[in-house]
Amino acid sequence: MARYATNEFRAGLKVLLEGDPCSILENEFVKPGKGQAFNRVKFRNLKSGRVWERTFKSGESIEAADVMELSMEYLYCDGQFHHFMKTDGSYEQAAASAAALAEALPWIKEQDVCQVTLWNDDPISVTAPNFVTLEVTETDPGLKGDTAAGGTKPATLSTGTVIRVPLFINIGDVLKIDTRSGEYVSRA
Amino acid sequence: MLAQIRAFFAERDVIEVQTPTLGRTSVTEPQIESLCTSAGAFLQTSPEHYMKRMLAAGSPSIYQLGPVYRAGESGHLHQEEFTMLEWYRLGFDDQALMAEVAALIDGLLGPAPYERMTYESLAGTVLGDPAELDLAYAEAIESFGPVRCFVTDFPVNQAALARLRGDREPRAARFELIIDGVELANGYHELTDAAELAARMARDNQQRLDAGREPMARDERLLAAMAEGLPDCAGVAIGVDRLVMLVLGASSLAEVVPFADR
Repeated sequence: MARYATNEFRAGLKVLLEGDPCSILENEFVKPGKGQAFNRVKFRNLKSGRVWERTFKSGESIEAADVMELSMEYLYCDGQFHHFMKTDGSYEQAAASAAALAEALPWIKEQDVCQVTLWNDDPISVTAPNFVTLEVTETDPGLKGDTAAGGTKPATLSTGTVIRVPLFINIGDVLKIDTRSGEYVSRA
Repeated sequence: MLAQIRAFFAERDVIEVQTPTLGRTSVTEPQIESLCTSAGAFLQTSPEHYMKRMLAAGSPSIYQLGPVYRAGESGHLHQEEFTMLEWYRLGFDDQALMAEVAALIDGLLGPAPYERMTYESLAGTVLGDPAELDLAYAEAIESFGPVRCFVTDFPVNQAALARLRGDREPRAARFELIIDGVELANGYHELTDAAELAARMARDNQQRLDAGREPMARDERLLAAMAEGLPDCAGVAIGVDRLVMLVLGASSLAEVVPFADR
């Protein structure tokens, strides 16, 4: 596998650090005038999402990671794995563990197109679309006429996720939701 | 600011000089790489060698304000080409020169107190792996708050071109000025012993070889000038771009240097 030296480090570069695939966030050059040069590097661990900081002597190198980010369509869950299909017409599929899907799972339904990070062709993280539409399966009855004033109530979506919605929402309504904040946007 | 700097030296009868930025040789410093032209000439990493040859030839106190070059240095506090202010004062030692540096800085940044710390108190030790020391020192500096601090008493193996002081536990008569966590100036009570300089150059080149890098040819003309006699003097270099950064309250060179690398 290819290696990258510190002078090739750029934000977005995918590398292997302590066995885990990471994306470089920041690379800072540190050097006392007459002393050894260092690169202080921030990484995002693509499996855990955690940010790691490591310091290298300038000139050191680390192994590249075979990481790709693709749009893939969510097909189904077989009870253990969640299956995705490439949208490039190849019909190639990949199976993701629940762990890789943890953040996207509350929001996605079959046929939604997600951003999938593949490491050595295995999905390690899945990002839901910024906006999804989901049906309300359970909520208190809607209050007629209350379409503008404030006030919210809990509503359960078809994925099982509970969010706060305006009082006028009814069971069976289809809602647009911002998955980054987890908030109701509008009726779809 | 350049005009203010020139006025400061005019008042003190320090003469401005302009030495070549392109030379046949360059520094042997193990951690400084010189850029080399296709014709084999080196862009100077500081005007030190030329200025010392002038002093050895009988010039009075001198300063230079101009570009210098260091290969591969790029970051928020580094550019491969930067502007250096370097000056030499005949008859000064490092203490007298630190006072003059403070006077210059006070004029540009406004007056403030200057702390003093030894290298050992910052890095924790003066012994051990040089790279680990460099990192400990760099991190200690970065953690400084808004203070002006002279760091003194550098380890012997970081003397560069400073003379040594103290018999039992010798230290280099070298200082740095750190302002708000930025390494701004580096000065010496200058080494005048040509034989000692030759020994340090040989040691530098051994370190280069050990690290798998090209050794650098010695600057024989500097060695000859020092053998003839470099008068007792102290010298210091200031990163002018970093100084501009501090004056303007910026946090990276790219904010203040026109046409910066990034």
